[in-house]
Amino acid sequence: MTRVAVLKGGRSLERQVSLRSGARVEDALERLGHEVLALDVGQDLIERLREIAPDVAFIAMHGRDGEDGTVQELLEILDIPYTGSGVLACVRATDKVLAKHLMIEAGIPTPEFFAFSETAFRELGAADALPAIEERLDFPIVVKPSSQGSALGIKFARSAAEVPAALVAAFSYDSRVLLERHVDGRDLAVSILDGEPLPVVEAVPLGDEFYDFEARYEIGRTEFVCPADLPDGVTEQAQELALHTYRLLGCSAFGRVDLMFGADGELTVLEANPIPGLTETSLLPQAAEAAGISFDELVGRIVELALERAPA
Amino acid sequence: MTTSRDIERYAALFASRTKVMKSSAMRDLMAVTARPEVISLAGGLPDTSTFPPDTFAAVAQRIAEESCAKALQYGPTEGLDETKTCIAQVMAAEGMRVAPEDLIVTTGGQQVIDLVTKTLIDPGDVVIAEGPTYPGAVPVFSSYQAEVVQVDMDADGMRVDLLEETLDRLERDGRRPKFVYTVPSFQNPAGVTMSQPRRRRLVEVAHARELLVLEDNPYGLLRYEGDPPPPLLSLDGGIYVMYLGTFSKILSPGIRLGWVVAPPPVLEKINLGKQAADLCTSTLSQLMVQAYFEESRWRDYVESLTEVYRARRDTMLDALADHFPRQAEWTRPAGGLFIWVTLPDFIDTTDLLARALRDNVAFVPGEAAFLDGRGRNAMRLNFSGSHEDAIREGIRRIGEVVTEQVELYGTLTGEHPAVRVEEPPAVEDATGHNVLRLPKRSARSRRAEGS
Repeated sequence: MTRVAVLKGGRSLERQVSLRSGARVEDALERLGHEVLALDVGQDLIERLREIAPDVAFIAMHGRDGEDGTVQELLEILDIPYTGSGVLACVRATDKVLAKHLMIEAGIPTPEFFAFSETAFRELGAADALPAIEERLDFPIVVKPSSQGSALGIKFARSAAEVPAALVAAFSYDSRVLLERHVDGRDLAVSILDGEPLPVVEAVPLGDEFYDFEARYEIGRTEFVCPADLPDGVTEQAQELALHTYRLLGCSAFGRVDLMFGADGELTVLEANPIPGLTETSLLPQAAEAAGISFDELVGRIVELALERAPA
Repeated sequence: MTTSRDIERYAALFASRTKVMKSSAMRDLMAVTARPEVISLAGGLPDTSTFPPDTFAAVAQRIAEESCAKALQYGPTEGLDETKTCIAQVMAAEGMRVAPEDLIVTTGGQQVIDLVTKTLIDPGDVVIAEGPTYPGAVPVFSSYQAEVVQVDMDADGMRVDLLEETLDRLERDGRRPKFVYTVPSFQNPAGVTMSQPRRRRLVEVAHARELLVLEDNPYGLLRYEGDPPPPLLSLDGGIYVMYLGTFSKILSPGIRLGWVVAPPPVLEKINLGKQAADLCTSTLSQLMVQAYFEESRWRDYVESLTEVYRARRDTMLDALADHFPRQAEWTRPAGGLFIWVTLPDFIDTTDLLARALRDNVAFVPGEAAFLDGRGRNAMRLNFSGSHEDAIREGIRRIGEVVTEQVELYGTLTGEHPAVRVEEPPAVEDATGHNVLRLPKRSARSRRAEGS
């Protein structure tokens, strides 16, 4: 029997989703016969982890602290094996600007973008460059915070007049934001488990023009199709791109790469998530199931991978 | 084991009304506000910390000695007569006369909104509400698939002239609204109070058009200045006005005790609905109210709450004047628990909340008070649930992030608005007719010089 500490909650804006992911993981671990200790991450995290001395930590946290390498770093210091990607991969993946630069360098197609820090606007007069950017990207322009994992803070600017407010909103979440070319097309997600891409999931928003935060986590707001019904070769191509991105960023054990299948027939990679959601409506569990891997098996595999990676 | 296939199976079983019972980004953000290090001006909580524990003990003792078996038993659906007598006293304090048979005791005021909607609304029926409206009423209306039409307010409460226009428009479309939902005194969330002429006119309109009105009055007794206008119920005589009362803000929200007064045929249906919902309101809670009314002077406690809240309101108004940029406007409530702040329209308060949470402070984004996406540049602030130091510090922190965003916007647009460089002149504007700019008096004036 393995002693597993499930890390969940915390101060991230995705706290609620994380609590749901965590609860589901705890149930699965118990069914698998593990000793489970749930931790709502806070001030006493180190103290609690030392007290519990788990064999492995299951990180069921999303967004800040959980997905950006912070908790991973702490677990390294404590010498506690943990699930999912290591510190470097988390740092690379959660920083969308860095991840996109790496993708471009590696020849992975990603929508054209420009990134700015708040100081660039406040101190370097970056606002004067906006008209040139707007011309280059065409409207609507997607404006998003660099590090927010969920769809929070993502705005569509349909005209130049809407850009400043969209930037102010995005800067609410991060000191760096991206202005990105909007890709008209279909939302795809490729989850990866132990270096193997799982069947592609397509998220089809019902009614709304934008795959928004609410829709992501609500039954009945978005229809998920898995495996996605795509033209010949596109599935393989999407899986290949996703795997390439996952490896490029240095992810391990599991992860999810979000792509767009443009109306022009081109695939582009939007971002990679080192700790995708594990709730009832999350995409990784759906993809795993389509591949014949139950949620319990998925959780079991993730724990095994963490223990295998740990130095004996 | 729950798999996504199971989820799909459940999804097929959900009633269509659950489609509109949705979570929101905001609700997920609100999950963070519960953390202990966060100064939350987001709740609607009364301060229960000043309630004397020995009174609580005496109440419990009295019930144990005098009515133990009864307190542990089911009670009549409509409520205990002993409790109704206490309710009659509370209503008399606000100038209303009711007999025990005119009312039903409910599980909090919230249940009244639910039961009234359940009694009157078929899917697609129209409910008229104020804009902004009580955020807690929104999911109730949604769950009965009501179509909610919101009527703008100004500093004198709901614009009854606009209500009439709305009613005309609906009539032309062949639609007849079932009821008007209003919080006429110290409205949640706007903090404004409906003027006496508006109240009279609203009752006239209800009579002329044979339209029911649900008067939600949780805060009427929490008045910090001025004289109370008459309740709609007393103006109408109980023909078209239904009345919602509650002990939540004058005694305790934890006992979950409210009541509804309605015309007899409506009350009868509400009673049947209540029976189906929960058989009866907690007998223990009802007897606690009775014992409390016998043990102590309930009005003294309300008076003490009023003192505490008045000071907190003043602290918040002062802090707003000190820390918010001149582009912000806010209401100046004469009672109740809330202040409504309107920011420039380029600020989205849901995003602002995410930013504010980094500084450990929270408020309710205005979008929660609208069903049509309005209110995105507004916020509701609660002053009853926090101590004065926390209010001052919380407002300072929110003011800082608002100022930061105003400045950033100025930089982005090249307008470079000068933030808080000088006090703008206090312009009196009685017309304040835009709901998103509530009210249009000089929000900059500190309370001491306020109108």
